[in-house]
Amino acid sequence: MRLFRHEVRTQQLLFWRNKESAVFVFVFPPLLYLLLGAVYSGRIGGFPAADALLVGLVGYGCANTAFAGLAITLVIRREGGVLKRMRATPLPPATYLAAVLTSTLFIFVLQLLVTMTLGVVLYGASGPRNWLGLGCAVLLGVAAFAGLGFGAAALIRSSEGASAVVNLIVLPMAFLSGSFGPTRGYPAFLQAISDVLPLTYLIRILRVVYLGGGSFWSQPRGIVIVLAWGVVGLLIASRRFGWEPRER
Amino acid sequence: MSALEVRDLRKAYGAVEAVAGISFTVEQGEVFGLLGPNGAGKTTTVEILEGYRSRDGGEVTVLGVDPAHGGSALRERIGVVLQTSELPAALTVREVHRMFAGYYERPRDIDEVIGLVGLEEKAGARVKTLSGGQKRRLDLGIALVGDPELIFLDEPTTGFDPAARRGAWELVRSLRALGKTILLTTHYLDEAQQLADRVAVIREGLIVNIGSPADLIGVAPTVEIRYREAGRDVVIETDEPTRVLAGLTGAAVAAGRELESLEVVRPSLEDVYLDLIDGESDEAP
Ligand SMILES: Nc1ncnc2c1ncn2[C@@H]1O[C@H](COP(=O)(O)OP(=O)(O)OP(=O)(O)O)[C@@H](O)[C@H]1O
Ligand SMILES: [Mg+2]
Repeated sequence: MRLFRHEVRTQQLLFWRNKESAVFVFVFPPLLYLLLGAVYSGRIGGFPAADALLVGLVGYGCANTAFAGLAITLVIRREGGVLKRMRATPLPPATYLAAVLTSTLFIFVLQLLVTMTLGVVLYGASGPRNWLGLGCAVLLGVAAFAGLGFGAAALIRSSEGASAVVNLIVLPMAFLSGSFGPTRGYPAFLQAISDVLPLTYLIRILRVVYLGGGSFWSQPRGIVIVLAWGVVGLLIASRRFGWEPRER
Repeated sequence: MSALEVRDLRKAYGAVEAVAGISFTVEQGEVFGLLGPNGAGKTTTVEILEGYRSRDGGEVTVLGVDPAHGGSALRERIGVVLQTSELPAALTVREVHRMFAGYYERPRDIDEVIGLVGLEEKAGARVKTLSGGQKRRLDLGIALVGDPELIFLDEPTTGFDPAARRGAWELVRSLRALGKTILLTTHYLDEAQQLADRVAVIREGLIVNIGSPADLIGVAPTVEIRYREAGRDVVIETDEPTRVLAGLTGAAVAAGRELESLEVVRPSLEDVYLDLIDGESDEAP
């Protein structure tokens, strides 16, 4: 427990000290919300635009923090040999991973609060109608996208490519899942892709609990699909993830 | 119990036999050097002992346990300087020490360790602003912060200026005085001679010689006597330089000749080393 607390603190220090990644991971999604919130008006998917966008960008923020940010950080640490050096210490790998996950959750929750506050104060968006449901959705999203993040980190071979690869996945996914606006006008094949993406379902669940005030458990299909993606990521990670730099 | 026991250790990467059956024992409190050229198998050996790499064959114990299954309990007791590794670039020297100190049950005092490796003036500097040699000293500090009994140093002084190298030597000696066991690799015979109680010279995955530095130099060929005669260089190798020299000079004096450029040369450390790793050691006496 002492090790775990020490490592969560270390992870926080590392995250905030690294300005570029802190801006990309933490500031970018709320910033995008500010921009899109100023552009869109009227209703999206039956909800006021400010509300729908708020939920969409919280979803994007979750993927960006737990998937993209985590994968890039892990690849950079692995390739630089930081992870290898840490393996020589008594810190157990499971404690390290748990601390990374906790730190990621903490960062995302902070970001969620910032985005929510901006929405409520600037665009008259509504606050969460079901706090408990929101909490569950946040845990589900962070766990699943972090699982995918570990999987992606296991597959990516070099630090140089990490950010390109990861954004090539996250940004299109966010578009297709409706993070940045309505998807109603998309052609059928894009809709079909959208229908299998985890972010689509996470945003749906967020709409139900945050905007509709419905129960988290009223969305079993969505929960299963999001979780399944996380499990796929973890399976890849458990087979392929290494602590040492890839031989080139 | 010996600190390290290695018996018939083997490791191949595909067709490359990096370690081809080596054995040695390191006693508690001993400083043991692995000396050898690039690709000899030093890092492979050390990383097997550190628990990073699996072995293909042989028996290995580190502080009495198999490093492949040592876990946190073993890592608590060892310190490691890898041949290459990075530390978080955005943290300061002191923060990195604090980060690593937190992983151990009984860490040393951070500022004391920073002082030991001579980074007091850089304690507040970001890792990314350090020079190569300063980064290496940081690696050394991080290896000591857990107050280990056994320390692995893979080329710890590569990139050091002469003063820093002397400093690192002093540090190793002071660790030895504290009763720590140290396994170090190096390319430099003088470093091995300065620091190690015993040295194993390895080449192509095999130990070609093992013993105290004095023993190693003892296996050296004989003394060389050189001079010029009739425009030609003459080199005589002998282990009885006094007698040979007396004969030579006696004859020259009798004939009223001068032995041009006469010198008596003991092989340097480098010669001994190059001889050993050249494959000629097999024929050495
Ligand atoms: N991960 C690896 N995969 C394939 N071959 C490897 C690997 N690591 C080392 N080797 C090979 O094994 C041999 C021994 O390498 P090792 O790194 O142990 O040598 P070394 O004595 O530490 O050399 P140096 O003085 O250059 O550090 C070399 O031929 C090297 O190419
Ligand atoms: Mg090496």
